[in-house]
Amino acid sequence: MSMIVCRDLVKTYRLGEMEVHALRGVSLTIDAGEFVAVMGASGSGKSTLMNILGCLDVPTSGTYVLEGTDVSTLGENRLAEIRNSKIGFVFQNFNLIPRTTALENVQLPLFYRGIPAHEQKALALRALERVGLADRQRHHPAQLSGGQQQRVAIARALVTNPSIILADEPTGNLDSQASREIMDTLTQLNREGITIILVTHEAEIAGCARRIITMKDGVILSDRDAGVAVARVVPQEAQV
Amino acid sequence: MNFLLMTVLVAFRVLSRNRMRSALTMLGIIIGVGAVIAMVSIGEGAKAAVQAQIASFGTNVITILPGAMTVSGVRSGHGGAVTLTAADMEELKKIPGVTYAGWARRDAMQVVHENKNWFTTVNGVTPSYLVIRSWSTVSGDFFTQTDMDSAAKVALLGNTVIMNLFEPGEDPVGATIRIKNMPFKVVGALAAKGYDTRGTDQDDVIFIPFATAERKIMGTKFLGSIGAGFLSAESPEQMAEIVEEVKRVLRQRHKLRPDQDDDFTIRNQLDTAKIQEGTSESMKLLLLAVASISLLVGGIGIMNILLVSVTERTREIGIRMAVGAKRRHILLQFLVEAVVLSAMGGLIGVGLGVAGAKAASNLAGWPTIISGDILVIAFGFSALVGIFFGLYPANKASRLNPIEALRYE
Repeated sequence: MSMIVCRDLVKTYRLGEMEVHALRGVSLTIDAGEFVAVMGASGSGKSTLMNILGCLDVPTSGTYVLEGTDVSTLGENRLAEIRNSKIGFVFQNFNLIPRTTALENVQLPLFYRGIPAHEQKALALRALERVGLADRQRHHPAQLSGGQQQRVAIARALVTNPSIILADEPTGNLDSQASREIMDTLTQLNREGITIILVTHEAEIAGCARRIITMKDGVILSDRDAGVAVARVVPQEAQV
Repeated sequence: MNFLLMTVLVAFRVLSRNRMRSALTMLGIIIGVGAVIAMVSIGEGAKAAVQAQIASFGTNVITILPGAMTVSGVRSGHGGAVTLTAADMEELKKIPGVTYAGWARRDAMQVVHENKNWFTTVNGVTPSYLVIRSWSTVSGDFFTQTDMDSAAKVALLGNTVIMNLFEPGEDPVGATIRIKNMPFKVVGALAAKGYDTRGTDQDDVIFIPFATAERKIMGTKFLGSIGAGFLSAESPEQMAEIVEEVKRVLRQRHKLRPDQDDDFTIRNQLDTAKIQEGTSESMKLLLLAVASISLLVGGIGIMNILLVSVTERTREIGIRMAVGAKRRHILLQFLVEAVVLSAMGGLIGVGLGVAGAKAASNLAGWPTIISGDILVIAFGFSALVGIFFGLYPANKASRLNPIEALRYE
């Protein structure tokens, strides 16, 4: 079954007098259990696509069906509920709430789900265990390394048992050692059956994915299996 | 409920992170609420003290004073007329609603007891006068109608007079004092009343029967002429009506033509009370203004700091929205923070206000009354201020675009 079905997604921003066409008609199908990397230079529309896939934004036109629900027409509250139940976000700059413990950060999505506090804690602890940080639950983000912070963020994305995890440049702020660990974690989660969509401009990182979509100027340039894509993309990246 | 409770807990944690800032933000509310409670407590205490003074005059008392008299073009001023008489008062006693009628005349005289002497006011009064003016004795008793009828030489002494004529602890009852060289037997010592609303010592006084004063001490130019008449009404509501009736009866008895002025003046105790009420009303308005201004300033302080907080925490708001917070969740979070700030400020203010009032009564000796109502009202208002001034920043936070908020540096 297809988890994500997008048809002719168009997103147009208006910046004063100017119209910016961020997406010019993107059609895309992603099945459950896939590990997809979206690549492209800045301004290629990949961030806009991620925002729409993550239900943070709605397309100007076109449809986006997530697990059988057309989310492109939903209101803000319904979108918030879908983000809460079906989507886990992992950001480049981790986006943990400062001066709040790792456990509480992981609990945050459950907080808005309104489940009892002790259940929140139990689930959050289990999610931290899955990323190997159960012993760091009382630490604040500032007391954790970049890699650890990102793993807390992954635990937060996991805790709601989402349909997809959207990772936007998850290794962008990490050194190569930490990057490898994060990619290992994501790969492992994908093997456990979680659908992962990864935005990156690093070919090596994209190489972890099994399918690579390359975007340019708001349209999909290529959509291939990883093996082929890596070979094609590397020289392109080298030119940048 | 669960969510609200946790939001409150989060708010406490957020605010405790910036203790200094939170404390300074609350300061406006603390000072406002504290000042209002201290001032209201002192005001209520002062009001109660004044009311006690007014009550010491007697309850529902109507005073009738002889008016001015013109002799060969010379106006005498209040009390100059001799036309107000005991017979008038006997007649006024018949007006419906009048419970007692008493009268008095007074003169300042030197009084002597053994080797001590004192200059005081000697009042010739009827026994009913003592009842109307709410006098009571600490030892001995009032003189009676029999004393009055026989013009007995008996006296009641006020506390100040006792202190000046007798040794401390000495019981004056049974002793003999001399007024105008005439021996008077002391039959009672009066309970102290303190100062009246005009600051006169009410206890610097001697009471003797009216008849005794008229016939043996003061003499009279006009038989039965009195210095002042007093009526007590059954209830405050009847007083205005009685005053009208007194006027009618006296004008008739004194045979005044319609074009002539009254030869008497009527003073209604209610008027005094009304003036007092008016004073405390304007005091209340003043307090209200002070409270409103300080709560307004405090509220603006809260709004200001919350706006800063919203800006500082833009990214946090974005994160919360990304993981599923709805706009109302964000709105509630900041609103709760505002209310926690203002309510805590209110609570501390209440504490400080009560402490201030206690200090005023203990250190400065001012009478204070702390009423539970004002504490609840002040606290409630401070919480309302939080809601009112928290709405704008909270609304601003909830209107943020999650994508932009997440990118905010």
